[in-house]
Amino acid sequence: MTEQELAVSARGLSRNFGPVQAVRDVSLAISPGTIYGFLGPNGSGKSTTIRMLCGLLTASAGEARVLGLDVRSDAEKLKQQIGYMTQRFSLYEDLTVRENLRFIAEVYTIPGASRRSRIEELMSRFNLQQQSRQRAGKLSGGQRQRLALAAAILHKPRMLFLDEPTSAVDPQNRRDFWETLFQLAQQGTTILVSTHYMDEAERCHKLAILHKGVKVADGSPRELGEQIDSNVVEVVADDANQAREAMYGIAEVSSVTQLGIRLRALIPKQVDNPVQLVKQALAARRIAAQVEHTLPSLEDVFVSVTELQDAEQHAA
Amino acid sequence: MNSLLRIFAIMRKELLQLARDRLTFGMIVGIPLIQLLMFGYAINTDVRNLKGAVADQAGSHLSRQLVADINASQVVVFEEQVATEADLTALLDSGRVSLGLYIPADFDRRIINKDRPAAQLLVDGTDPIILGVGQQLLAMTMGFDTAVPEQESAGLFAVRNYYNPERRSSVNIVPGLVGVILTMTMVLFTAVAIVRERERGNLELLITTPVRSTELMLGKIAPYVMIGLLQVVIILGLGRLLFDLPLQGQRIDVLWASLLFIATNLSLGLFISTSATTQFQAMQMTFFIFLPSILLSGFMFPFEGMPELARIIAEALPLTHFNRLIRGIVLRGAGIETMMADVIALGVILAIMLTLAIRRFSKRLD
Repeated sequence: MTEQELAVSARGLSRNFGPVQAVRDVSLAISPGTIYGFLGPNGSGKSTTIRMLCGLLTASAGEARVLGLDVRSDAEKLKQQIGYMTQRFSLYEDLTVRENLRFIAEVYTIPGASRRSRIEELMSRFNLQQQSRQRAGKLSGGQRQRLALAAAILHKPRMLFLDEPTSAVDPQNRRDFWETLFQLAQQGTTILVSTHYMDEAERCHKLAILHKGVKVADGSPRELGEQIDSNVVEVVADDANQAREAMYGIAEVSSVTQLGIRLRALIPKQVDNPVQLVKQALAARRIAAQVEHTLPSLEDVFVSVTELQDAEQHAA
Repeated sequence: MNSLLRIFAIMRKELLQLARDRLTFGMIVGIPLIQLLMFGYAINTDVRNLKGAVADQAGSHLSRQLVADINASQVVVFEEQVATEADLTALLDSGRVSLGLYIPADFDRRIINKDRPAAQLLVDGTDPIILGVGQQLLAMTMGFDTAVPEQESAGLFAVRNYYNPERRSSVNIVPGLVGVILTMTMVLFTAVAIVRERERGNLELLITTPVRSTELMLGKIAPYVMIGLLQVVIILGLGRLLFDLPLQGQRIDVLWASLLFIATNLSLGLFISTSATTQFQAMQMTFFIFLPSILLSGFMFPFEGMPELARIIAEALPLTHFNRLIRGIVLRGAGIETMMADVIALGVILAIMLTLAIRRFSKRLD
């Protein structure tokens, strides 16, 4: 796919805030009609990258094109074609649901007749008809989020940026929300969504893992699992705490994650026969456990790549 | 065309929010009302009923006549009689009276001889207005009522009081209040206008939309222009009702002067709004405009009496120019075209502030 056809293409995007490097050398290639995820903890540079792609922040270095438009020089033209849902609720709390939508529609200069039908359509699609006269400040978390999404797609943008859209929402609302996103993607909208939830990242077509402002890995969730240079060994033990202590004692184990009575250990690929290694270590301590090799989950990938980068930074 | 639609969208939204913000709405009507009543009634430089004391050592018919004459003027009311000049000084010191009248024992002879002042006024000079009253009393004359009225010597000057024959200070203060109230409310409303959107997070959304900086600024200003005019009508209307304020000039001139001044204040507020990061900061900055405006613009003290530096600062304040315009139009019946210097000055401040505000407001977060 050429650069013109990509929904988002970025090369060497960086941003400094004073001496702090919030984003360093991030390159992206996002195909149209896909849902692309930014996975990373708070402060990993997700919001800053999204803001640079929306034209809200100027990149300190690097360049980016969104829908074929340069985010620096064509920022105003771009704004007609993108939708942006901010992390913080940013509609007017003292206006009602309908007034907010009307305001956004007017700002995008959607003509009268189609404006009204579009607002009705969105309110019924997002189940907000009952609240149409309610002030936005009085809505529940889920209702607010649906309103914000409705406002972001009101002008039918080809590209949608969502900055941690589900952080204040219950699981049912999250499911519904993602269903809407898939529908939008199917209709051709490209969606870039940032999250710190593994299960959400897993739903994306492709994703990038950001850590301390650097893109440490990218690809589909499946590719990411294959890429990682660690084997995952799962241990099921009656006394998981004891087993965990024992596994910390193995030099080759780079990390251990506990999930109830299950433990997942990451062991670098260059170590031969990792299952045997763990079995022996546990047997030496007389801990009864089942040990087997499993496929890496996204969380394993996340832990593996971020720790790898931390180790490299320490070394440097 | 699209630009106009977006400006209207912002105006509509602004008015909706305004109608729901009871405190701001109350300020629009409340501030003019309270200030008008306060300044119109309470702040009064026509002094009446000052407390005084008298030490009459003459005790003659003539000296009693003098006290009665002064009492009749209502400027001073002599409530206490004391024996000596020292007693008067004590009363002044204690603050119980502002003015003392000492009539020496040889008062009658001094009146006849006219070689020395007949009596002495002891005035609390800490308040220049009271001192002024003392000066007024100097003009009084006194003679033996039995004698043929003496030929009064013609003074050097005779004062002809133009525009305010009854010497009411409310006549001067009410038109000035128009400017003060507009400065207070207009600058404040717009100063918080953009900062508020920033604080509440609305701005991040707004700047990802196609709204341009100029459109945002104009859409934010426009509703307040109407509110400002409403305030002008309230103040001048009530001024007429309560204080008999005349309107010598043309209404259309009042409208033009007010429009220009309102727009200038709003752009000043916008400039503050683009410089401040919180609403509180914006309010503090508003105060830096408001205080010198009240003190230096000629609203409180005559402009000409101020030192040069103060006058230079005052020339940069919109209120100074507006005060000249509105007083000229309302009180002297002057046409706005005769005061073009002030019109131009306001126009220049408006242009500078609006340009700075639009320049400073970038549709970016960095």
